Amino acid sequence: MAYYRSPAIRRYMIRLIVLVSLYLVTLFTAVMMFKAQAVSGVPAVILAILPALPIIGVFWAVMRFLIEEPDEFMRMLLVRQCLVATGFCLTIMTVWEFLQNFDILPPGNGGFGAAFFWFIGLGFGALYNKLTVGTAGCA
Amino acid sequence: MNNRLKILRAERDWSQGDLADRLEVSRQSVNAIETGRYDPSLPLAFRIAEMFGLSIEEVFESPSRRKSGAI
Repeated sequence: MAYYRSPAIRRYMIRLIVLVSLYLVTLFTAVMMFKAQAVSGVPAVILAILPALPIIGVFWAVMRFLIEEPDEFMRMLLVRQCLVATGFCLTIMTVWEFLQNFDILPPGNGGFGAAFFWFIGLGFGALYNKLTVGTAGCA
Repeated sequence: MNNRLKILRAERDWSQGDLADRLEVSRQSVNAIETGRYDPSLPLAFRIAEMFGLSIEEVFESPSRRKSGAI
């Protein structure tokens, strides 16, 4: 079976590869510098935010794909994936927050933030598409 | 939405991929429309009908008319 690869999908894939690479580099740099206690004050704030920027970039890439992709069915698949991902992420984070509010769970998230669960949710969204319309989509 | 896409394709000896290429959409789109799992937008439905030189009603079955037993 030939997979559909429009220019919009190719651009989306390239953006993802670049952003994930940037994420790994910035995260590794931030972890190393904080471990070495090499930064403080405003530079520390900037360094702490740096790994978040490529993740925000992934949200941007998803939205750009929705604008650029000419195939309406492909756009619909990704919108459904995003809706499933958002619902999944909000559900997990809400339950987790209440468990922490009532001291059932300790504070902190161990590095697993909202974005992590949103990306996991995209996977569930693809599965939902596969089961209901026969194809997972491209994201 | 029921439709005659498969028959119309077969009459022209087109595969789903052939039709997808002509419509400039994915093969998955053609498959989803053909099997009734996705209803195309009005512009795409017009493009499909025009591809076969037919009116929309000759390609797609009206769900409301089907429900009322008119078809």
